[in-house]
Amino acid sequence: MSYSRLESWWRRVALGQQETEADGDAPVALAEPPDTAARGPAPVALAEPPPGNGGGAAAGHPGRDGAAALAEPPPGNGGGRPVEADVAAEAAAPVKLPVLKAADFASDQDVRWCPGCGDYAILAQMKKMLPSLGVPRENIVFISGIGCSSRFPYYMNTYGIHSIHGRAPAFATGLKAARPDLMVWVITGDGDGLSIGGNHLMHAIRRNLDVNIVLFNNRIYGLTKGQYSPTSPLGKKTKTSPMGAIDNPLHPLSIAIGCEATFVARSIDTHIKHLEKVLRRAAEHRGTAFVEVYQNCNVFNDNAWQYASDRRTKSEHTIELEHGAPLVFGHDRQKGIRLNGLEPEVVALGNGTTEAGLLVHDEKASEPSLAYLLSRLRHEDGFPEPIGVFRAIDAPRYEEELAAQVASARARSGGGDLNALFNSGETWTVS
Amino acid sequence: MTRESTAAVSTEAPPVSPGLPASTKETIRLDGATVRLAGDSGDGMQVVGGQFTNTSALHGNDVATFPDFPAEIRAPRGTLAGVSGYQVQFASRDIFTPGDTLQALVAMNPAALVTNVGDLEKGGILIVNDESFKAKDLKLARLETNPLEDGTVDDYRVIKVRLDTLNREAVREVEGLSSKLQDRCKNFFALGLIYWLFGRGIEPTLRFVREKFGNKPEVAAANEKALRAGWYYGETTEAFDHSYQVEPARLAPGTYRNVIGNQALAWGLVTAAKLSGKELYIGSYPITPASPVLEELSALKHFGVRTVQAEDEIAAICSAIGAAFGGAMAVTSSSGPGIALKGEAMGLGMILELPMLVINIQRGGPSTGLPTKTEQSDLLQAMFGRNGESPLPIIAARSPSDCFEVALEAWRIATRFMTPVILLSDGYIANGSEPWEIPNMDDLPRISVEHPAPQANGKPFLPYERNERLARPWALPGTPGMMHRVGGLEKEDVTGNVSYDPENHQHMTNVRAERVARIADDIPLQAVDGPPRGKLLVLSWGGTFGACTSAVEECRAGGLSVAHAHLRYLNPFPANLGEVLAAYDRILVPELNTGQLRMLVQSRFLRECVGLNKVKGKPFTVSDVVFKTRELVA
Ligand code: SF4
Repeated sequence: MSYSRLESWWRRVALGQQETEADGDAPVALAEPPDTAARGPAPVALAEPPPGNGGGAAAGHPGRDGAAALAEPPPGNGGGRPVEADVAAEAAAPVKLPVLKAADFASDQDVRWCPGCGDYAILAQMKKMLPSLGVPRENIVFISGIGCSSRFPYYMNTYGIHSIHGRAPAFATGLKAARPDLMVWVITGDGDGLSIGGNHLMHAIRRNLDVNIVLFNNRIYGLTKGQYSPTSPLGKKTKTSPMGAIDNPLHPLSIAIGCEATFVARSIDTHIKHLEKVLRRAAEHRGTAFVEVYQNCNVFNDNAWQYASDRRTKSEHTIELEHGAPLVFGHDRQKGIRLNGLEPEVVALGNGTTEAGLLVHDEKASEPSLAYLLSRLRHEDGFPEPIGVFRAIDAPRYEEELAAQVASARARSGGGDLNALFNSGETWTVS
Repeated sequence: MTRESTAAVSTEAPPVSPGLPASTKETIRLDGATVRLAGDSGDGMQVVGGQFTNTSALHGNDVATFPDFPAEIRAPRGTLAGVSGYQVQFASRDIFTPGDTLQALVAMNPAALVTNVGDLEKGGILIVNDESFKAKDLKLARLETNPLEDGTVDDYRVIKVRLDTLNREAVREVEGLSSKLQDRCKNFFALGLIYWLFGRGIEPTLRFVREKFGNKPEVAAANEKALRAGWYYGETTEAFDHSYQVEPARLAPGTYRNVIGNQALAWGLVTAAKLSGKELYIGSYPITPASPVLEELSALKHFGVRTVQAEDEIAAICSAIGAAFGGAMAVTSSSGPGIALKGEAMGLGMILELPMLVINIQRGGPSTGLPTKTEQSDLLQAMFGRNGESPLPIIAARSPSDCFEVALEAWRIATRFMTPVILLSDGYIANGSEPWEIPNMDDLPRISVEHPAPQANGKPFLPYERNERLARPWALPGTPGMMHRVGGLEKEDVTGNVSYDPENHQHMTNVRAERVARIADDIPLQAVDGPPRGKLLVLSWGGTFGACTSAVEECRAGGLSVAHAHLRYLNPFPANLGEVLAAYDRILVPELNTGQLRMLVQSRFLRECVGLNKVKGKPFTVSDVVFKTRELVA
């Protein structure tokens, strides 16, 4: 697609004028099966047309017919990725991004979380961040499971699936495998993602599909009215643990890193600038991005994260990770983390102790052990809890590998001739 | 069929197999025969059974097979639990079952002998490896006496073959083969022998051996030698003074091949995708006996098939729903226990009203049950195995080759009515094989699928606005202006927004049921084979088709007035089924369960039916059904 056409397509999207001459409201029948052979081996997964389109109109959007070329997502961008880098590489001219605003991402549904719930802040930052990616709304899908956080897709003016408890990563796997061109977000919670859906979370992460998983961690079951969750601390008294929880809690980031997640980050609902930044980094990451957000459930578990979110204490109790920078924290940045053998320790800076001896954050380290160590720094053990990006490495993405296998099978065996398949092997003719 | 009644002495020599001289012995012509190869699960009985089937099909016979093997991959050697068998009926006429009784049995060890000999007809040929009846072999099979000597085999024509020694002699010259590998050629020796016995050529198996062991030429050479040696043994041994010949069947003109049920199903899925202009997505988790569907499709990536081996059964179906939302032809395949796990997601697929296929290759239940054995006991699970009111269409395959057509039909219904469709097969037809008249893609009807075009009128898209079939639009992500959210909470009519309104829930429940019921107007009326009214109708479904068809034919040949209706559509039933049932005095419903279809029919049509029910992990024999039919009409 030429650059100017790309730009005009965006503008129309922004102005709500995507309709073209060929578009009508009449459904488009796929009279002909796709000429799969003509498509040839798709070089990259992202450039594949949506299967629903039948391939009949090249890489156009479903049913776009004559407007196929206009609807084509930017090459290599596939509409599911932030555009800046790709477009910059394609043309030197400045890009006019669609003038979508946060409000354009709001659906017409009333938001029904409890007043004061931390979920509002996360929704707001998501809506604020998304327009800056330049990905058309129709190319974004939010998928959730069950729980308070999982109502999220209803509030976004994108495509969405409010699925079943714990299984959102599995829906995302199938959708992304079938439609690599889409940007897919998974919204989950501590119960949804780590308890009933723990298995799917683990497998989505190890496959490294290009999906973004945001886990709202409020350390409680909210929607079922206050039972302890897999992240509730030991001793937590709830309706189902009146004498205190005796289940060791899970730590979301430790699990993600244990599954060799290629992107792992943490933020806090009230820390809105930081949250927006982390969400953007997640969106920009190619591969599974796993983000834990400390989220306050003011009804059933108020102030669970107060130490990390309270303006007065957060600089003492959290440490903002920055790639290549030493781990320094505290009110006046007078404390740091260093390694004593394999053990982390908090040290006071000054009196001969300098930043030089501190642990330096390297989010690109291919070895996940330091990231894992960071995920184990806990408030109750006297450490500041890291926020920001723990790990961001590049690794092959499942949907691309799958598409590459399809492409190479096609290159090897041709486009797939069913008559030839039926007649392969031994046959006989009766006349 | 018995040998005595149909045998005719022929003076013609059987056809010469390339590389082999013609048999010089007398040939007896049969119109069909049933052979079972039985041995230890490590003896390779399934491989040679498959070869015998293919060769017979290529010879032009109609064939029907019944592979029967234990759930353990290698149960302890020589034990009763480890016996694996492969039965094939081949004939010069149309056949529908793998045969009730055997005309020939090959038993590789005592365990195989005692567990199978009861199915051999009196006077039938029993070929045994008499070198595997030593004291230790008897002990492994927990036998106190040697069945070759204690009267067990007195009624049969026993052919004792020193299989170990003869096989080793045959393959001795092949260099670079351990004695263990030498012994593993025994099955091909046995195959060679029964090829001789039934006048089959060895050429197709030679091709198979060379292809399969292409990178292990010594193994290929040894198997080839064993095969030839087995054939020559038949020719030279004095134990046989004649061989048998089964002429080609008079099938309808066309080009045929042999297909296994699961293979036909996988090919049907790829074909349905192509006919509807879709790319196929399958999310599945390995489970017996459904795994071959996923395996077969994994090898068909050049057709654009995307296969995901999911982490569990739930993820498998959820990923398929995700793919369906994205516009793919989405499929998940499993067996009963896996379908139980998928229940919640099937309910979601139902309320999302997305087209997809949920395939259940039924096996013996309950729980883990009998994984490698067949049963039809998941019909009620398919009907009701979800929470809430969640009707889904159900369609069942009746034979290995029918799996192909059923896949096409299931996808047609799924897309026309925007619903998951449950496709039932079973272990018997999934593993069984039969000749299939190869279709031409140009002759197969297209499956038309529609997606709404983009809209830019600023109005919200209405995902639950329905057409005349009550189907909602399948709007795909990526389509501008059609952004919408779907989910498992009850949705408001038309808008699809979450709704807790009592009237709306009643309405939506009714509409979802009505939409499935209307499929009855879109499927063929129920056909009946036999008199249009009368004393007895045999009503069957699924994999019992063959046994019921043969049994009804046999009864009618014996002068009884019996009709047969075989159901492909289990939900909804064909529109005329009530009238069909009303035309008969009695209705017999044979099923490999305790009466599931019978329950559905009785409650729907308030018509009392007689059940013929069996849950032994085995298909019906023809005589099972004949016996019951005679009892009812006599
Ligand atoms: S229960 Fe808690 S998590 Fe749920 S909406 Fe209310 S405040 Fe938020």
